[in-house]
This record gives sequence, structure tokens and C-alpha cells, in this order.
Amino acid sequence: MAQFINMLLIGIGAGSIYALMAIAMVLVWRSTRVINFAQAGMALLSTYIGFELVQKTGNFWIALPLAMILGAFFSAVIEILLIRTLIRHSTSGPVAGIVPIIATLGLLGLIRAMIGFIWGNQDIQIQPPLSKVGFKLGQETIALSPMNLLVLLTVLAMVLVLGFIFQKTSLGLSLRASAYSPEIAQLAGIRVGAIRTIGWAIAGAAGAAAGLLQTVNGTGAVSPDSLEFSLLLTFGFIAAVIGGLESLPGAVLGAVVLGLVLACVQIYISGTFVFVVAFALLLLVLLIRPQGFIGTKAGRRA
Amino acid sequence: MSLVVKDLVVDHGAIRAISGVSFTVETGKLSAVIGANGAGKSTLLRTLSGLNKATAGSAHWGEHNLLQGKAESHVRNGVSHVSEGKSVVAELTVEENLDLGALWRRNKKEAAETKNQVVELFPRLGERLSQRADTLSGGERQMLAIGRAVMSKPQLLLLDEPSLGLAPLVIEQIFQTIRGIVDSMNLTVVLVEQNAMGALKIADTAVVLNLGSVATSGSAADLIADPAVRAAYLGY
Repeated sequence: MAQFINMLLIGIGAGSIYALMAIAMVLVWRSTRVINFAQAGMALLSTYIGFELVQKTGNFWIALPLAMILGAFFSAVIEILLIRTLIRHSTSGPVAGIVPIIATLGLLGLIRAMIGFIWGNQDIQIQPPLSKVGFKLGQETIALSPMNLLVLLTVLAMVLVLGFIFQKTSLGLSLRASAYSPEIAQLAGIRVGAIRTIGWAIAGAAGAAAGLLQTVNGTGAVSPDSLEFSLLLTFGFIAAVIGGLESLPGAVLGAVVLGLVLACVQIYISGTFVFVVAFALLLLVLLIRPQGFIGTKAGRRA
Repeated sequence: MSLVVKDLVVDHGAIRAISGVSFTVETGKLSAVIGANGAGKSTLLRTLSGLNKATAGSAHWGEHNLLQGKAESHVRNGVSHVSEGKSVVAELTVEENLDLGALWRRNKKEAAETKNQVVELFPRLGERLSQRADTLSGGERQMLAIGRAVMSKPQLLLLDEPSLGLAPLVIEQIFQTIRGIVDSMNLTVVLVEQNAMGALKIADTAVVLNLGSVATSGSAADLIADPAVRAAYLGY
């Protein structure tokens, strides 16, 4: 029983961080039809900046929002300087659609190299702001520490705030309309270009939060070649795709399902199968329900 | 204010879609643009609303140069375009589609009043405000598209084939509604239509396009009576 509860806790905890990454991928996909592989690099950069901010301010909860704001800023700059130009120059030809996507792969390498250049290739260490010793349930120590709990609550708060922005505000309506039907949005007077940049900025903030929270939730150590960040990118991407790639609730659902399945494999079978199972799940969902958990077929074609 | 188009030329790559089109629409008038498929009707509207770029010529709405600036700024100058094919955002609700048209308006109180007007104009939309737009029938979608354009408080309304794919009875209804809006809101309308007879019946003036040039133009009543127009576009 305790093992089962631990599995749920680990799964939901990991899933919540994948959810932030998946949300970032979905936002970028919806606003510009680009799969942003540089998202992991941008999250890594924000995490390093978060590390500096923790050093300067000594307070993780001040560093986190500041790192998110800077993450949003970098993401917006990348959209304006790189993606916008690439999309404008590659409107025709067989490779038109993938040019910006390949560019994000290049950007990922560039950001990692740049981080190594500035901070060196050794691990840096971010101190977790709260205890990582699990709560006690009777005699058993469960897989939920004050730190885990706060990460979970932070992610939940962010998802709720994003959901509110998207469903209830003018900005959210502009973001959704521009994603689904840019021409109609334009004819309705929405400045679609600016809205796209805002979509990238929010994705940058979500990615920054994912990077920092994952780091303090895990070992606290980061390096430019961090395996954890490669996993974050891979699992965030898988979660976004099985969720439907178009929908924010889908991304969250996909991430939690992925987190639970992987936790189940880790606890009941073996940690070495995690990768295999993640990709098997991706293939399975694509075969049975190619539009994802929450997604329309039309959306996938677009 | 009036719409003045002079010697307008529009190219699609190497193909000349519109070659030297001139016409004028006075304030409060409904002008039909008719012609066969490929005559350049849609291209003309898309150029006036800033979606396509013109090669030469001029187009002004009052003092606003329609060939300058993006589509999103035209809306702010009182020009609304309903593009071809039931232009609503299928994934949004009816109410969100309407709100979309008024997002740029600073005065939210006025926008809410406009929404009441639109719902009065199209009671069917009022009953379906929280439904997704893709659950609507073709006629209702067209009403929603027009409603969204009206939400932008336009003075000049550009309508691209509102009758496309609709049943004859619904077409009749849409045309009557359009005429009603023109009269009650004192709008100026350019109505592009394949359904020449239906459009001419409600129009004040008309322009007949043929392969990118004006074949003939004049008052709608005169054109209906013109034997050449009847033979070529009205089918009798």
C-alpha cells in the first residue's frame, strides 16, 4: 500500500514538472507552428540565471519569479530575432516547414556551449529552499517532502493562473484566436505578430520554472550537459504530443499520465525501462489516438 | 466618406489577378461586385482589407489609404472584412467569436452595447452564445461572421460570398439581413457575390468584373435590365 502511494506521489510530482515543459512546447507550437527543441536550452539558461539570483538574493522564492521573467524575455527575443525572420524567409519549398525547427536544434547546441563558456562545464549546486526529507505517515516515510509539496503547489498555481489567462481574459482570447485562425484574428484587429511573441514569452517563463523546480526537486546539481534537462525536454515533448499538442489541459493530462506510468515502471519493474516505456507509450497513443488525448484531427494537420 | 478605387493592379506572383480596376462607392450604399470564378473578386476585397499587396493604383476610404498598413490597422479605421467561407473561429464559442471583433475597442461599455445590438439582429446567435462555433449551421455561421464584423463598429463592410454553400432560403434571409444592416446602421458595403441575381436585387450599385477588369458598372437596377449582363451572369 505504502509503495502504491509512493508511486502515485512520485508520478504526480514528476508529471507536474513535465507539465510545465509540455505547456511551453504547446504554447510555442500553437503560436508559431514550431516544435521548439531549444526549450531545454532556454530552461537550462534560466536555471543558471536562477542559480546566480539565489546566490545574490539568498532566497529561492525571489529568484524563481525573476528567472521566469528573464526566461520570458529571452524567449521573446529569440522569437523576434530568429523565428520571425526564418518563417518569413521560408514560406515556400519542400523544407519550408522544418527550417525553424532545425534552427531550434542548432540553438539548443549554441545555448549549451554558451553556458559552458560562461559558467564552466562543472556542476553547479542550487540549495533547495526546504527540507527534502519525506513526511512521516505512521512509521513509514512517504515519497513526499515539504520541497516536493511546494513544487507541486507552485506548478498547480501556475497551471491555474495560465488557465485563467487563457479562458477568461482578452489576452487569452487573442492568443487562442491567433493560434486557431491567424487570418480571422487579424481581420478582427488583433496584432497577431505581437501575440505570437507573447506566446513565446509565456512559454519561456514556463520553461524557466520547469528547469529551476526540477533542479531543486532533484539533486540540485546542474551542468551544461545535464542529462536531467535532456530528459525534461524528451518527456515534456512526449507529454505534449500524447496530450494533443494543441491543448493546455491536454498537455497537463499527458504529463501526469506519463509521470504515473514511468513511476509505476520505476517502482514495480525497473528504472532501466523508463525510456523504453516512455517511447512505447508515445507510439501507442499515436497509433490508437493520433490526435492525442485532447485534440482535434484538424489541429494536427495544421 | 466614400470608397474610391483607382486603377488598381494586383499580381499573384507572375499572374495578374486585377488589372486596372476603378470604381467608387458612396457612403451608406451597398455595391455588389459580381463576375465569374477567377474574375478577381476575392483578390479585390483582400487587397482592400490589407491581406494582399497591390502592385499599382490607389484605394482610399475617406482619407485612409487602404493600400498602406496591415489588416489589423484597417479595422481600427472602420474597415471590416468578412472573408470567404464562413469566417468564424470554429474552436471558440459564439460569444468569444463576437467578443473577438471588439477586442481592439477601448470603450468596453460601447462594445457591450454593440453586442446587444448584434444579438437583437441575430436572435439565433443569442440563443447559442456558449456553444462552440463549429456546432452552428452554415447560415448561422455566416450570421456569426457578419456579427463579428459588426462588433468592430465598421463604417465600411467588405463581404466575400456570404451565400457560399448555403440553401436558397437561407441565402434569401442572409441577403435581407445585409440590406437591413446597411439601412439601419448607415454602413457602406462592398458585397462580392457569385450569386449575381441575389446580390443585384439588394444592391444600389454594381461592378461586373471579368478576368481582372471592370466589364461594366452602374446602378444595380440598370444592370439587371442590361441584356448583355443578363445573358452572361444572370442566365436568362
